[in-house]
Amino acid sequence: MDQPMDLAIEKHFDPIGARIGMWLFLFTELLLFGGLFLLYAIYLNKYPEEFHYGSGQLDQFVGALNTVILLTSSLTMVLSVASLQRNNRKLALFFLIATFILGAAFLVNKYFEWGGKISHGIYPGSEELMQHPHGEILFYGLYYTMTGLHGLHVLVGMVIMLFLMYFITKKSHKAFSLPSEALEKMIGSKIVVTGARGKKLWESQQISPEVTGIELKIRGVVTDSEIRSNLVKLENAGLYWHLVDIIWIFLFPLFYLVAM
Amino acid sequence: MSVSTTESIPVEKNFLQEKRGHSGIWVWLLSTDHKRIGIMYLVSMLTFFLVAVGIGVVMRLELISPGETIMGAQTYNALFTLHGVLMIFLFIIPGIPAAFGNFMLPIQIGARDVAFPRLNLLSYWLYLTGVVFALLSLFTGPGPADTGWTFYAPYSLRTGTNVTLAVMAAFILGFSSILTGLNFITTMHRLRAPGMSFFKMPLFCWSLYATGWIQILATPILGITVALVAIERIIGIGVFDPVKGGDPVLYQHLFWIYSHPAVYIMVLPAMGVLSDIIPTFARRTIFGYKAIAFSSMAIAFVGYLVWGHHMFTSGISDTSRMAFSFLTFLVAIPSAIKVFNWIATLYKGSIDIQPPFLYGITFIILFSIGGLTGLVLGSLATDIHVHDTYFVVAHFHYVMFGGTGFVFFAALHYWGPKMFGRMYNKKISYIAWSFLFVGFNILYFTMFILGYKGMPRRYYDALPEFQDLHIIATIGSWVLVTGLIIMFVNLYRGFRKGEKVGMNPWGGTTLEWKVATPPPLENFHQIPVVEYEPYYHERKEEEK
Repeated sequence: MDQPMDLAIEKHFDPIGARIGMWLFLFTELLLFGGLFLLYAIYLNKYPEEFHYGSGQLDQFVGALNTVILLTSSLTMVLSVASLQRNNRKLALFFLIATFILGAAFLVNKYFEWGGKISHGIYPGSEELMQHPHGEILFYGLYYTMTGLHGLHVLVGMVIMLFLMYFITKKSHKAFSLPSEALEKMIGSKIVVTGARGKKLWESQQISPEVTGIELKIRGVVTDSEIRSNLVKLENAGLYWHLVDIIWIFLFPLFYLVAM
Repeated sequence: MSVSTTESIPVEKNFLQEKRGHSGIWVWLLSTDHKRIGIMYLVSMLTFFLVAVGIGVVMRLELISPGETIMGAQTYNALFTLHGVLMIFLFIIPGIPAAFGNFMLPIQIGARDVAFPRLNLLSYWLYLTGVVFALLSLFTGPGPADTGWTFYAPYSLRTGTNVTLAVMAAFILGFSSILTGLNFITTMHRLRAPGMSFFKMPLFCWSLYATGWIQILATPILGITVALVAIERIIGIGVFDPVKGGDPVLYQHLFWIYSHPAVYIMVLPAMGVLSDIIPTFARRTIFGYKAIAFSSMAIAFVGYLVWGHHMFTSGISDTSRMAFSFLTFLVAIPSAIKVFNWIATLYKGSIDIQPPFLYGITFIILFSIGGLTGLVLGSLATDIHVHDTYFVVAHFHYVMFGGTGFVFFAALHYWGPKMFGRMYNKKISYIAWSFLFVGFNILYFTMFILGYKGMPRRYYDALPEFQDLHIIATIGSWVLVTGLIIMFVNLYRGFRKGEKVGMNPWGGTTLEWKVATPPPLENFHQIPVVEYEPYYHERKEEEK
């Protein structure tokens, strides 16, 4: 009845566990934004006209463009995961970089959008905004907080993608050292790398007594467990990215379209 | 619960001797071993607990005579804020889950560590970061926060004191708490030993499971709320500021949506510890295992919906007040289910009154007083009279300190010998307990009377008619602190130099009593196969 489980198996990576952890984390993110959506709902109810006016002041085109950008980035993210599932690392990397660029494009748009508003003196605590009615102060307060927090999440997602690019491209090298007794016998000799038909490709210096070690570095083959581990990491990053996307899907109509 | 493994390897290092190539303090700070992380939490939390106790004593001293005794009003305001922040965010919320949960949960379910050991260490580092922010808020800027631990708007937006850093500390500590909850839930779903079904888990694990869900589902709301206070103070977005059209009562709603469930983050694990201690010392299985397990989940669920009872006098509608009052009464039912089950477990048990048991059952007495006075506060008519008085202060000290605090001490006495491999002096712990019990009741029961007579909370001075009672309460605080000092000195000496203990000093039946004392690095050589209920007390030849 005993099923001995040795340490290696026990330490074995648990993809389901990692996914459970990620989903639980996504709940917390939803609730974090949930607090803000609650505030939005209450103030929209309290100041419908000012929210309507404020929404009209935002640029629907830029908002729509950003929506398209983020939706496309979700697509490239999915394609990246699918490529890695089919063990095509290059394609996965390509789509990951595409996602990264789309995320950056989103932030650039956001930067110009915010910059435009700020240059008109519309930002929390500005003298200009304080002249406006209460509802508008709150509209812009929520606008900057919610899109700001969302933008922060986009940024975090991009940092995570950088890590994943590293993980996916990384190939570990395995090093083998010659035992020191063997080394003594090699003093005065050379190491030669030969190619096809005995062609000499590379030759080392003569091994002098100062040499204390010779290492052979073998380009590591990416093991199955590494691929699976990277895949789960990428899937989790994807989940996070889709969450960021979904939150934007709600932010877009609430801020840009509520006036239409 | 019987285990089909044999302890075959005679000499091996326990987890305290295993250093994994680090030296000095890094052995601790870089360790992903759940046991070391648990002990780091324990030591940090007890440090802040003692600091906060000191502040409490000083506050009581201020109230011993009329007028300004040893400090002015502003200092008093800063101190009660600090007392609350330290006790709540640094001691009692991480409390039992982070210290004893980390140490015991993986062992109790037959795992070698939690699901995400590195994330676990990150939680502890975040905890330390939160500590740094809290300390910075004291010593930098215009002075320590004076808002009370609740950071109520609009005062928290207006005050010149360093609220921004204090709320950042709360935000970071919340994040740490979320990650611990997430880790525990995943651990319980993924790493239970073969045969360890959900209904064979010790009840401590069940309580951590319920707590984990509250941590995950409630803490983010606190995160965003205090973050909004910080943002408001820095750039002024106006969401809680009436001058800009915001609504301060909304702050209270959002704050209590987290902070009421947080009460159950504090108390549920204590109930779990007690459900482990009682069967051990009553020498029989727990009465109503499933009822206790499900009542934990019920408390977690209903507790999510009662936050409005903190706001009966804040100007919310009558309909919502009645709804919240009703729900508050409802949450008393699962709590009572647990109490009756514990009593039923003791009935006809062969009770062995050892220190952990004594500290543990104190919970039942003090928590019952605290719980029943909670119903006084939950009824609309009486709450109007005693809201924001010492009655409330007494109520939550009875449930938090009398409940969770005493069980925390019980857990120290119960699992401490397992964690450190040595036993304390039991006689001295009985003496410490009597000081604690007497001092506690003198201090806090007096506060019930004070509050009923109308003494408001958070005042550094009192009207002359309250003076006699204040003197009694202050004397109680001295007795209580004497008890704490005796207890901690005894435990410290015991864990350092006491007699060595064997595998199972109390005759416990759960898995942590089937591994060596202190446990080896990865707990089990061979993952056990679990065949029996957690509190199966049929004596077998494997005894001792």
